Amino acid sequence: MLEYKRDGWKAAICLAPSLLLMCIFTFWPIINSFIMAFLNNYYFALNRSDIYNSLMDVDKSFAYFMGGRFTGIGIQNFITLFRDKDFLIALKNTAFIVFVSVPVTVIIALLIAVALNSIKGLRGFFQTVFFLPYVTNTIALGLVFNSLFHVDYGLINKLFNMVGTSWINSGATWGRAMFVLFLYSVWDGLAFKIIVFLSGLQNIDKQYYQAAQIDATPRWRVFTRITVPLLSPMILYITITSFMGAFKVYSSVIGIFGTGRYGPVGNYKLLITIVGYVYDQFDVSGMPFGVGSAGSMVLFGIILLITLIQMQASKRWVHY
Amino acid sequence: MERKKEEFFEPPDAGVRTQHHNVEVRLENLTKEFTDKTGKVTVAVNDFNVTIPSGKLIGLLGPSGCGKSTTLYLISGLLKPTAGRIYFGDEDVTNMPPEKRGIGLVFQNYALYPHMTVRQNILFPLVNMKVPKQEALALAQEMAELVHIGDLMERKPNQLSGGQQQRVAIARALVKRPRVLLLDEPLSNLDARLRLQTREEIRRIQRETGITTIFVTHDQEEAMSISDEIVVMNEGIKQQMDRPQAVYEEPVNMFVAKFLGNPPINIFEADLIGGRLVLKDGEVVADGFTEPDQEVFIGFRPEYLRVSKNGKITAKTDLIEHIGRDTMILCEIEGYDHLIRAIVPNDMELKVGQTIKLDCVKLFVFNAETGERYR
Ligand SMILES: Nc1ncnc2c1ncn2[C@@H]1O[C@H](COP(=O)(O)OP(=O)(O)O)[C@@H](O)[C@H]1O
Ligand SMILES: [Mg+2]
Repeated sequence: MLEYKRDGWKAAICLAPSLLLMCIFTFWPIINSFIMAFLNNYYFALNRSDIYNSLMDVDKSFAYFMGGRFTGIGIQNFITLFRDKDFLIALKNTAFIVFVSVPVTVIIALLIAVALNSIKGLRGFFQTVFFLPYVTNTIALGLVFNSLFHVDYGLINKLFNMVGTSWINSGATWGRAMFVLFLYSVWDGLAFKIIVFLSGLQNIDKQYYQAAQIDATPRWRVFTRITVPLLSPMILYITITSFMGAFKVYSSVIGIFGTGRYGPVGNYKLLITIVGYVYDQFDVSGMPFGVGSAGSMVLFGIILLITLIQMQASKRWVHY
Repeated sequence: MERKKEEFFEPPDAGVRTQHHNVEVRLENLTKEFTDKTGKVTVAVNDFNVTIPSGKLIGLLGPSGCGKSTTLYLISGLLKPTAGRIYFGDEDVTNMPPEKRGIGLVFQNYALYPHMTVRQNILFPLVNMKVPKQEALALAQEMAELVHIGDLMERKPNQLSGGQQQRVAIARALVKRPRVLLLDEPLSNLDARLRLQTREEIRRIQRETGITTIFVTHDQEEAMSISDEIVVMNEGIKQQMDRPQAVYEEPVNMFVAKFLGNPPINIFEADLIGGRLVLKDGEVVADGFTEPDQEVFIGFRPEYLRVSKNGKITAKTDLIEHIGRDTMILCEIEGYDHLIRAIVPNDMELKVGQTIKLDCVKLFVFNAETGERYR
């Protein structure tokens, strides 16, 4: 114990650079946006004279803080946020990706991993195939989906004789566009999960399976009663990290629809997500920073809550 | 499925009702070869012929890596033999999958499902057999009582001691009333005291259930104490099968003689000259051999030696150790540079460095090349 204490300062020195960077790029922005979220009518100005000038014609009672001015402290930003239809749409879209595509991806990844684990020949080949999306750029993959589902020359429409059906081009319905995004999310998320599950499966003692075989355990019961419980720490880890990732879904939507758009031409906010919404608040003119901050606080709160629920549930279901 | 619980617990001599549960296990020319990636072939089990009588407990004994586990896995069906056949009674089970063979297997490290309670572990085989819930619960409880873990049913395996885990594993193997029970070094993870206690327990359970049991171990003492008969195995080849005492007293070759016994048997070279067994110092210790003149190995167990005035072996005591009832002496013998052990009664007045004469009440003579026993 004592030795650890004496070495404390050494550890502190080693950690200092990264701590400093964390402070600059993580902690300070978090604190900052937390504060901003509760400043009503916060106006950010890049330089002092801007603020001074605007002071001339706006209410003199405006307070100054963090290079900007505001009219008071409160939940004005949150009210604005939840009155904005775009934000509600973003919530809905994000929720769909999180609660539909993540579980589907986890389940498919698990099944593929189990299948891969049980085959002998060609295993390396299949492993490579399923790992490819992982080393492929998200945006590039999005472009692939974009062309696969193109209304006129997309492979899917040609294959199923549906040329003219718009998935992601103008006139696409929410359901169709979301279907593409869903497929894309599943495909994009599979690789990493399969690899993690495979390594988990390889760590399960073969004797459990031999014992199960001797006891004439049907395959599905081996899966549900042995494989899944023994893999549950990994399933939990994958589910939590995937949920967190999915709540922040953004680049895949851009990948499918193109720069600055969350939907097809003519309906460019069709699949807007929370992060997309927040990002849109921070345009160069720098106006409603407060609402953007409030949006990210809401996102933070949701992720925290879901994670806590999962951790709680895991106490019951996960076997370490 | 008509199951009467009581019939399970009756001792094997209770009559015909129990007899169909346990079967004779017959291995005919059983061979298992493993080929690794480089094409190198390991013959783990080599032309094995053994008949294990119904309802008996057989110890499969041999050094580590000699193919004991492989033999057990072949019997269980988890491994397929390269050649040879396996019979349970009259039934040829060689190509029968493990789940159809009706065997119970206790793995070396138990392989209890870590996420299930003791009760769920014991119930697991019954659930697969679609035994009705109530009946299954009762059977599991009864089996747990049999192995004395009835009050631990709600615990997880990691909340149990090694000995308790081992009992759970046995209960799980027994609960489905297997025709054959296979135990793979079940005591190797236990400490010395628990090992002693548990092996008696296994013996008791086996007697009470009357199941044909094969008990794998590399510990000769364990095998000797627990088995009706032991099969000694080396490098995949069966060396000898007999009652423990018979194997100990009449080993068929030098390997068996050396493998059994603690403290180990004394082995050294001697010569057969004209039918007489001559030590290196010229003493004749036995005669009447018909084998041609050659160098041989002679072996005698420490307890076969007696200190006697007209003994033929001249020895100088090197170390005297009192081991409870007896005294073990380590001594140098004339003409040899290695030490031998002798166990003598405590009342001998011996001093270190003293020259004594030893007589040998029984000795084995082995072929120097093959280890085959001449006498
Ligand atoms: N699956 C396997 N593949 C290749 N060689 C094996 C395999 N299982 C066992 N062996 C080899 O067969 C021999 C006997 O092994 P085993 O039956 O486990 O011995 P024991 O149980 O007596 O210690 C050893 O040389 C071991 O290396
Ligand atoms: Mg073994």
